Amino acid sequence: MNDNMKKKLKLKVSAIKDGTVIDHIPAQYLFKVIAILGLNNIENQITFGTNLESGKLGSKAIIKVSDKFFEDDEINKIALVAPHAKLNIIRDYEVVEKKVVEIPQEIIGIVKCFNPKCITNNEVITTRFRVVNTTPIALRCNYCEKHTVGEQMRMQ
Amino acid sequence: MKRDLISITDYSKEEYLKIMQLAGEFEKNPNQELLQGKVVASLFFEPSTRTRLSFETAISRLGGRIIGIADPGSSSTSKGETLHDTIKMVSNYADLIVMRHPLEGAARYAAEVSSVPVINAGDGANQHPTQTLLDMYSILKTQGSLDNLNIFMVGDLKYGRTVHSLLMAMTEFENPIFNFIAPPELQMPDEYKMFLRDKNIRYFEHREFTDIISEADIIYMTRVQKERFSDPMEYEQVKNVYILRNSMLAKTKPNVKVLHPLPRVNEIHTDVDKNTKAYYFDQARNGVFTREAIISHIMNLK
Ligand SMILES: [Zn+2]
Repeated sequence: MNDNMKKKLKLKVSAIKDGTVIDHIPAQYLFKVIAILGLNNIENQITFGTNLESGKLGSKAIIKVSDKFFEDDEINKIALVAPHAKLNIIRDYEVVEKKVVEIPQEIIGIVKCFNPKCITNNEVITTRFRVVNTTPIALRCNYCEKHTVGEQMRMQ
Repeated sequence: MKRDLISITDYSKEEYLKIMQLAGEFEKNPNQELLQGKVVASLFFEPSTRTRLSFETAISRLGGRIIGIADPGSSSTSKGETLHDTIKMVSNYADLIVMRHPLEGAARYAAEVSSVPVINAGDGANQHPTQTLLDMYSILKTQGSLDNLNIFMVGDLKYGRTVHSLLMAMTEFENPIFNFIAPPELQMPDEYKMFLRDKNIRYFEHREFTDIISEADIIYMTRVQKERFSDPMEYEQVKNVYILRNSMLAKTKPNVKVLHPLPRVNEIHTDVDKNTKAYYFDQARNGVFTREAIISHIMNLK
């Protein structure tokens, strides 16, 4: 394949008119990201690719959602499993804005506390965590004070 | 703004010292009608007769009235009421809530829901700050200072919330040394050892409970509970290793005191009880003065 063909192919895959491209998702978290964002429950046109080569991540995934522009708290949710994700906001085939997702210092809602004896798992309470580490991610529960770390994370 | 006491780290060193000073005043003069006309809710969602009686004695000596739940089986929670609703209701009746709950984080949540101050009297395996303050008062009273102490912690250091909180609180003072004596399964968790290393505080770990305690100023005993072990055989091997006997105190320092949050099972032999170095029953008595101090501090009465 020559460079021109490569470029064309890339363009074809990238071609959404309006919407959001989420790049640099760790490949193993693609389906988690889809679930977190509820992309399996919306009508928008979605394309994704996974196990793509990436210097940084080893193997990355990319999601393109037409006619969808995420709110900041939705972006925070992505940051929990894909801290290096980059968002390209597309309007009329042009990238009009780039966003880097950042893990906030405090996570309100979204994640479940790992501790089954935590009050938040026994009564309807919005969880609250302080982020004590980012790689691997470690969240300290505001209530039971236990840490929920990396793979233990489940979404509320 | 209302102040609660949920975790020991909610308080600063200055507040620890203020509580200690007030506890000393209440020890000299325990009956002070500071809570006259006030109602205190004593909510024990799990039974803990010892802690409940200590709090209710403190409230009574301050002249306050008590409403509450002593038997969780008869409470509204057994009818399915949420903690949220119970606290909303009770905070409309009372001026202060003292609460014990089997779930971790329940006290912090109650403090958010409540319009009146909440004192955590134990939330599952998480926190029991009034125990820590009475431990500190006992240490201060017997050693004359909270600085430069060599503190030995013995038994279940993994799940024992009292040793964790005491460790955190004592690091606020000058030059402590910690010695941890525990079976491998029940060692002090890494997060606490990391915390000590970060603060450049010396600690040593031991498996054997031997005459290394001759260095100690405080020997803090805890229960080794059978249910903590995944393998019952392991429990059988260690259950009699971490028992303090009177003979073991022969070569210890004259100022050393043996502390225990109580109730004990067999980890302190009854032959220790008559030794003047045994302090656990006095420690329990100090609990009332310390709780009087905490209540008057939180209610801005002193
Ligand atoms: Zn929790």
